[in-house]
Amino acid sequence: MTKRDLVVVGNGMVGHRFLELLLDSGRAGDWNITTFAEEARLAYDRVNLTGFLGGKTSGELSLVAPGRYEDAGVTVHLGDRVTSIDRHHKQVRSERGRSIPYDVLVLATGSAPLVPPIDGREAQGCFVYRTVEDLEAIRAWAEQVETGVVIGGGLLGLEAAHALTRLGLETHVVEFAPRLMSMQIDEGGGEILRSKIEALGISVHTGKKTTRIASENGRVTEIHFADGGALGTQMVVFSAGISARDELARECGLAIGERGGVVIDDHCRTSDPDILAIGECAQYRERTYGLVGPGYQMARTAVSTLTGGEDRLGMFDMSTKLKLLGVEVASFGDAQATQPGSRVVAFTDSVGGIYKKLVVSADRQRLLGGVLVGEASSYGHLLSLTQSRTPLPARPEQLILPRLQSDGATLPGVEALPDTSTICTCQNVSKGIICRAIRTQELTSVGAVKSATTAGTGCGSCVPLLGELVTGEMKRAGKAVSNHLCEHFPRSRQELHHLVRVHGIRSFDALLASHGRGAGCEICKPAVASILSSTWNEHVLDDQHVGLQDTNDRFLANIQRDGSYSVVPRVPGGEITPDQLIALGRTAQKFGLYSKITGAQRVDLFGARLEQLPGIWRDLIAAGFESGHAYGKALRTVKSCVGSTWCRFGVQDSVSFAIRLENRYKGLRSPHKLKSAVSGCARECAEAQSKDFGVIATEKGYNLYLCGNGGMKPQHAQLFATDLDEDTLIRYLDRFLMFYVRTAERLQRTAGWFNNLEGGIEYLRQVLIEDSLGICAELEADMARVVDSYRCEWKAAIEDPAKLARFRTFVNSAEPDPSLVRVPQRAQHRPATWKEKLHLVPQEAE
Amino acid sequence: MTAIAFQPEPPEEEDVCALDDIVPWTGVCAMVAGQQVAIVRAGDGLFALGNFDPFSKAFVLSRGIVGDKGGIPKIASPIYKQTFDLRTGQCLEDPRVRVPTYEVRVERGRVLVHREPRRGDDDGA
Repeated sequence: MTKRDLVVVGNGMVGHRFLELLLDSGRAGDWNITTFAEEARLAYDRVNLTGFLGGKTSGELSLVAPGRYEDAGVTVHLGDRVTSIDRHHKQVRSERGRSIPYDVLVLATGSAPLVPPIDGREAQGCFVYRTVEDLEAIRAWAEQVETGVVIGGGLLGLEAAHALTRLGLETHVVEFAPRLMSMQIDEGGGEILRSKIEALGISVHTGKKTTRIASENGRVTEIHFADGGALGTQMVVFSAGISARDELARECGLAIGERGGVVIDDHCRTSDPDILAIGECAQYRERTYGLVGPGYQMARTAVSTLTGGEDRLGMFDMSTKLKLLGVEVASFGDAQATQPGSRVVAFTDSVGGIYKKLVVSADRQRLLGGVLVGEASSYGHLLSLTQSRTPLPARPEQLILPRLQSDGATLPGVEALPDTSTICTCQNVSKGIICRAIRTQELTSVGAVKSATTAGTGCGSCVPLLGELVTGEMKRAGKAVSNHLCEHFPRSRQELHHLVRVHGIRSFDALLASHGRGAGCEICKPAVASILSSTWNEHVLDDQHVGLQDTNDRFLANIQRDGSYSVVPRVPGGEITPDQLIALGRTAQKFGLYSKITGAQRVDLFGARLEQLPGIWRDLIAAGFESGHAYGKALRTVKSCVGSTWCRFGVQDSVSFAIRLENRYKGLRSPHKLKSAVSGCARECAEAQSKDFGVIATEKGYNLYLCGNGGMKPQHAQLFATDLDEDTLIRYLDRFLMFYVRTAERLQRTAGWFNNLEGGIEYLRQVLIEDSLGICAELEADMARVVDSYRCEWKAAIEDPAKLARFRTFVNSAEPDPSLVRVPQRAQHRPATWKEKLHLVPQEAE
Repeated sequence: MTAIAFQPEPPEEEDVCALDDIVPWTGVCAMVAGQQVAIVRAGDGLFALGNFDPFSKAFVLSRGIVGDKGGIPKIASPIYKQTFDLRTGQCLEDPRVRVPTYEVRVERGRVLVHREPRRGDDDGA
C-alpha cells in the first residue's frame, strides 16, 4: 500500500499534540508526514512562557523529546512559513520555496496577539507576548527601563504583568473592562483579585480605554486614556486578546467565521474535507478557543478522523485554574450563571482576600459552575462534581465556607464520584483509571500515581484529589495509611521535628515521655536520633543517644553482609593529595582492608573488624582525614569536575566551590542521605542534575538544581535559580536543606519529597526565595547552629575513652570474631561465602 | 574410699562483664563456651540470646536496636531489620524462626550467663 501525504502547518502546542497522538496511534505508518514550523524551534510550552524568566531554558520548555520526530520519520521544516495552499493541485508552498504535495492537510497555525489600532503603537518599547522571541525582546528592553504597562487585564495580560515584575519593573495593568479577567470571573471575584494583585505592588487601572501612545525619539514615554488621563511608561506590552491565524485558509477560499477562524465541523474538517483545522485557528460552534484544553481535544478528534475513528467534538470545558503572582484563580462550568433559573451561593472575605462563588441548578440538585479567587484548593473537586453531575448536599454553601474546627462538616468525598469522572483534566485521566492503577500496582503515594498514570503532571490542581484516592483505596485494601511514625508515636516525622524544636526537647526519652508511649523501636529511634541531631547536633554516641542509632551510626562505619565494617574518610570535592592517597594505602595495608573507589569520588576500605575501627581512625585522623559520614543519613559527597583551574572548557572553579559546600554541610543529619555535585561548565561532567542539590557553573555564576535522584528511580533535578553568586546560592541551600529536614517523611529522599509537594518548584521558589511562609530567617539560623557546632565525629570518639570502649566485638575477650573469614581474590580478599564457612553455623540455626 | 571429687565441675554460668558495661537499651556480645551470645538491656530487663542472625547469617544481633512491640521487648537485626522477642528468641515477623536464649542474671553488679542455651521450648528451628 502506498503511503499518503500528510502536511501539518504549524508546530505549536496543538500541532505537536496532533503529531504525538498520530504517532502513538499505530497508524502513522500509513502516512508520509511533513510539518512546517514558522518559529525557529519546535513546539514548546507557551502556557509556561514566564518560566523562561524563572531560569528555564527554551530547551526545558520544549515539548518535543529530542529525536522524537526524526525517529518517527517526520520531516520537519523549521523556521519556514507556509505562504499558500493550492487546493486544486493539492500542495502547499513555503517562504523558502518548498512545494509539498498533500493528500490531507492539517492547519494548526494558532493565533496572533491582537494589537488594538492605537495611535503610536509602532514606537520602540511596544511589544506583544506570545513567543520565546517576544519574551527575549521584552527582557532585553527591560534591562534599560524601569516601568512597564500591560494593556489587557485578562489571563494573558496578568501573565505578562507577572513577567514584567519578575524582570524588576514597576508594573501597571490597564484594562478596558471594569474588572480583571472579565471573561472568567465575576465582579466579586474581580475585586478580590484586584486587591491581591495591588498588594503585590502592581498598579491596576480598570475601565480605561487607551487612545494614544506618546513617544520621544521613537521611544515610548506615555500612554493616554479616553478619559483624559495619562500614564508615564517606558514599555508597553499588548495583551488585549488574540486573533486566529486564518489568512492561509482565507486566501484559498475555505469558509471563515464571522469573527475569524477556519470553520470546522464535529470531525475538525473545514469546508474542504481534505483539510482539517485544529487549535486556536479553528472556529467551532461560532467561536474560537484560546485555551490549550480545547486545542488538545481537537487534536484528538482530528487524529480520530484521520484514522477512521468515531471521535466527535462536543462542548468544550473552558474551566481554568491558575496561579498568577501567587494568587490562585479558578473558574469552571457556567461561572457567569447564564443558565435560566440558576442560583448563586457566594462567600466573600475581603480581609483574607478570598472569594468563592457556586452556581447551582434551579432545583439546587447540581453544581453548574463557579469562581474561586484567593484559595482554590477545592477546584479539582468542585470541577469533578460539576462534570459528573453528582447530587449536591442539602446546603451547598458548605462546599465553599471556611471549615471551622468545631463543625466537622466535610465535602462529599471524591469517593462519591463515579469511575468515569475525569480527575486530571490536563491529561484526561479518569477516576477509574487512577483507582485501578493504585489497586493493581499497589501504589502508596501521590508521586507513584503521577508516574504510573500521568495524572497530576499538568497544572497539578488535582493533586489533592489524587491524595484522597490513594488514601481511600489503601483503606479499602486494609492497609495502614496514617503518617504516624510507628506505634510509639502517633505523630508524623514533621510534627515530631516541630515538637523537638519548639519545646527544646533534647533526648528520645524526653520526647517519648511527653509525646509517645512504650519503649520505642528500630523505626522511631533512628528517626528521632536524626531529628535531634539536625536540631541540636550533639554527638550521636553520647550516652542518651547511642541506643537510638542504627548500627552504622552506632559504630560510625558501614556494616557489610558478614558483619564487618567499611570505612570511608571524607575527601571534600574529590580533591586528594598524594600524601593522603599514600596514607590511605598504608592504613589499608596495615589493617588488611579491601580497597575500592566509590561512585562519589572517595575510597572505601572494607573488612574492618569492630575493634579495628579506632586504630584505623587514629591513623586516618593523623593523616588529616575526617569522618565521611558514609554511614549516616547525612551529607555524603559534593562531587566535582576539575573546573576552570585546569579544564579548558570550565567557566568557574567548581572544585573550590564543591569543597566549600561540602565543608559547610558535612555532618548534617537529614531524613535520608544527601548527595551533591558541582560542574564547572554546561558539559556537566559532575552529573549535578542527578543529585539532591546540584550546581552547574555559568559564565555569570552558578545555576542551582534541586531534588534530583540517581539510584533506583532516577529523576532529573529541577532548575531552581540561575546565575547565582556563591553566597546567594549558599543562602538558598541553607533554607532548602533545613526546609527538607523539617518537613520530609522518614527515609524520604528529596526527589520523593518534591514529588509530593503541592505547587512544585514554583512553590519551593515562593517559600525559599520570596519567603512566602516567613520562615527563611529561622531556617538560616537553624543551619548556622548546625554548621557552627560541627565536629568530626570520629575525632570526638577517639578522644573519649567511654565511647571508645564500646568498639569491641566481645565484651569479655579481646579475640577477633572467628566468623570473619577471608578468601583471596584479585590480589586482595573477599568475605568467605556462607558455604565456605558452614562449620561455624550454630547447630540450632540450620 | 578413693577421692573422686577433685576434678571440679565447670561452673554452669560465666561472669562476662559488669552491668554498667552495657548502656541501657543496647546490647553487647560475649563469647560464652565458644558461642557468641548477645546480652541486651531493655529497661529493667536483662536478656541473653544467640548472636547469630539466621536471616543474614552473620553474628550481629547484639548490635541491633532495642525496643518493644506492643509491650514485647525486642531487638532488631542490624542487617535486614527482622525483630526477635528478647524473652523467647521468637522472630516476630516469621513464626518459623527462633534463636536460642540463655539464662542470665545480675549478681553484685556482674552479669552471669548460663553456658548452655535454655531447653524445652528451644527446639531452635
